Amino acid sequence: MTTQLPPGLQLEKVDERIMTLNVGPQHPGSGHMRLIIKVDGDYIVSCDPDPGYVHRGEEKMAEYRNYIVNIPHLERPVIHDSCNVLYPYCLGVEELLGLEVPERAKYLRVIASELNRCVYIQYWLAIYGIFLGHSTMFMWPAGDRELLIDLLEKITGARVTHAYFVPGGIRNDVPANFEEMCLKRVNYFEKRIKEYAAIFYDNPILISRTQGAGVLSREDAIRLGTTGSTLRASGVDFDLRKKEPYDAYGELDVHSNVLKDGDSYARSKIPWLDMLESCNIIRQALQKMPKSGSVRVKLKPNPKGGNDEVYKRVESGRGSLGCYIVSRSQPEPYRLKLSVGSFRNLICMPYLLKGEKLGNMPAVYWSLNYWPVEADR
Amino acid sequence: MSQPETPETKPVATAPPAKAPPPAAKAPPQKELPQFEKSIADKLEGKFSTKATIEFVKVNRIRVKVNKEDMLDVARFIRDELHFDHAESVTGVDYPDQKEIEVTYHLGSYTDPELAKQVLTLATRAPREENPSPGNDSTRVPSLRDIFYSVEFHERECFEMLGVYFENHPDNRRLLLPEDWADLPPMRKDFKIKGR
Amino acid sequence: MLKELLTPQNANVFIGKLGDVLVKAIDQPLGYAINWGRLWSLWPVHIETACCSVEFGAASGPRYDVERFGIIEAFGSLRQCDLVVVQGTITRKMAPRLRLVYDQMPEPKYVIAMGACAITGGLYFDSYNVLPGIDGILPVDVYVPGCPPRPETLIQGCMLLQEKIKRMKAR
Repeated sequence: MTTQLPPGLQLEKVDERIMTLNVGPQHPGSGHMRLIIKVDGDYIVSCDPDPGYVHRGEEKMAEYRNYIVNIPHLERPVIHDSCNVLYPYCLGVEELLGLEVPERAKYLRVIASELNRCVYIQYWLAIYGIFLGHSTMFMWPAGDRELLIDLLEKITGARVTHAYFVPGGIRNDVPANFEEMCLKRVNYFEKRIKEYAAIFYDNPILISRTQGAGVLSREDAIRLGTTGSTLRASGVDFDLRKKEPYDAYGELDVHSNVLKDGDSYARSKIPWLDMLESCNIIRQALQKMPKSGSVRVKLKPNPKGGNDEVYKRVESGRGSLGCYIVSRSQPEPYRLKLSVGSFRNLICMPYLLKGEKLGNMPAVYWSLNYWPVEADR
Repeated sequence: MSQPETPETKPVATAPPAKAPPPAAKAPPQKELPQFEKSIADKLEGKFSTKATIEFVKVNRIRVKVNKEDMLDVARFIRDELHFDHAESVTGVDYPDQKEIEVTYHLGSYTDPELAKQVLTLATRAPREENPSPGNDSTRVPSLRDIFYSVEFHERECFEMLGVYFENHPDNRRLLLPEDWADLPPMRKDFKIKGR
Repeated sequence: MLKELLTPQNANVFIGKLGDVLVKAIDQPLGYAINWGRLWSLWPVHIETACCSVEFGAASGPRYDVERFGIIEAFGSLRQCDLVVVQGTITRKMAPRLRLVYDQMPEPKYVIAMGACAITGGLYFDSYNVLPGIDGILPVDVYVPGCPPRPETLIQGCMLLQEKIKRMKAR
């Protein structure tokens, strides 16, 4: 279709109109990664994620360290979710070495893991708030998460890098008055996060920015193999705490939160609902936990796994987190692979951003619950 | 319940002679195999009698080993008949003593609630070259991207970490390593890190 | 008298001398004033390099509230910043970008190396993709140890940098 243009005027060619933008690694809208975005006017034509800025070779390093020495560097991918990121590794090593975790340790693991999930989600929520220009939503979660960080610090001794889980249990028992303290804080915390609804989730500005942005349908969520909040926001009921209960989760009543919309708003709401659920789980676990008992099985120095392989997975703050360990009767793992939620959700990015407005990019990108350090390992 | 089961289970467990040591080392009396997992394994065995080797059946975990030529057929069967619909991870493991690189797919299912606990491990092996030139040598396996779309980025990672070229993958580019990486693929066993 | 001294022949010399006198008289107070201005507006570049950025974020949260010192103000453009806080591990892929960011910043600029990884490589000392500290690519002013450093440590590091700037000659 050629329309007659007045002399002296000519249409722009498509190639000249398209502009390439580097979003990151130094960009207020990106994390530790780069998105190569091609825009046509205000619309994104294609997006090519370029991760790897924090690729530290942890899987290679794990092959040179024994099962215990591996603990501190394996929790570094997500330091604010360090209990959950060590969880599958510990479960895997326990199966390799044939260890049975004491009952009390199982419950304490659940409590620490749920507390840590809240800490992670609060940080994510703070970042999501500030990138949408909502400063209050940065300050509130960043302040409230310190409550739980204090609690975790009392248990484990460190602010964020706990190294609390070890193969065979947990590193140390909790202090004497832990139960009352935990219950009090969790109740207060729950009351606080319920207030977020009024300021953030019912906020018309947030709703107009995120609703309908980056819609991921149920079929695509399954086809792309997404996980965690991204998957559950698209209407797939898949929470490993419920589907494949590990440790004490089988004895607790876990409810998994599912929304059907699949847009950025649903994706940003699921973690918040998860936090409320975590408070619920912590209260149940505190009730059912054995009041005393050992928390750790004694390990031989330099334990060796058999000629075997394990694949264990848990539900972390970002979704299913798998750990694949191949052992060949050595004190070190022969091969260790972390299958992390962030890396699995990375594939959504080119898919969701295509055809989206450039202004929606931060709203979609951060709603994926993506933590670049974890994706790069 | 275990009495009628044991005669059936034994041939499955003892079928791979290569992997005999692990069950023998861990539990000499053959344990009762989990029912549901075994039925999946039997379906696979029934369809591909010699092509697919069931290496182990544990609780919620099945491991299948295939030749790389039969990879696509088996994967298509797993998707269409067994209803596994996504890949959780793609791992490459280097075995220099056997001169092979193993590529392992961990497959799971979201659509079938019965399969939610199951992880099916699909393993295949590619020949390993002493002096690799990633993309140009014989270390290649067929890509499963057309069957499981979710493997796209995992296969890209596997390509740069081990030099396994995935045939028919549209985008075998570098992902995590620096652009100017000119060394061996780092997850190979002959790549040594500093001071070790 | 000034008119007699100032002849066309020695005007240049005279003005030069006058400049010297002026510099002697006001250099120190002026430099102090310039440095004082810089002290309270240390704005960092928004470049996150690894996991220490979590504690960096916590430092600007309400409990630690680092902005009350006038430092670490949330975000700004690269061209308006005068501080790089290297938040953790620098990989080989990130190193050229970090140097590029540093080169584009206007003078004067200061560098804080935050975390064990930025100082020596830390836990990742033997990794194939990690630099053993950032001394090779950036001139570091203050080292903040820890893995990751607590927000208090970061604040103390920033205050040390302020002390350092106070004693520097204003450029």
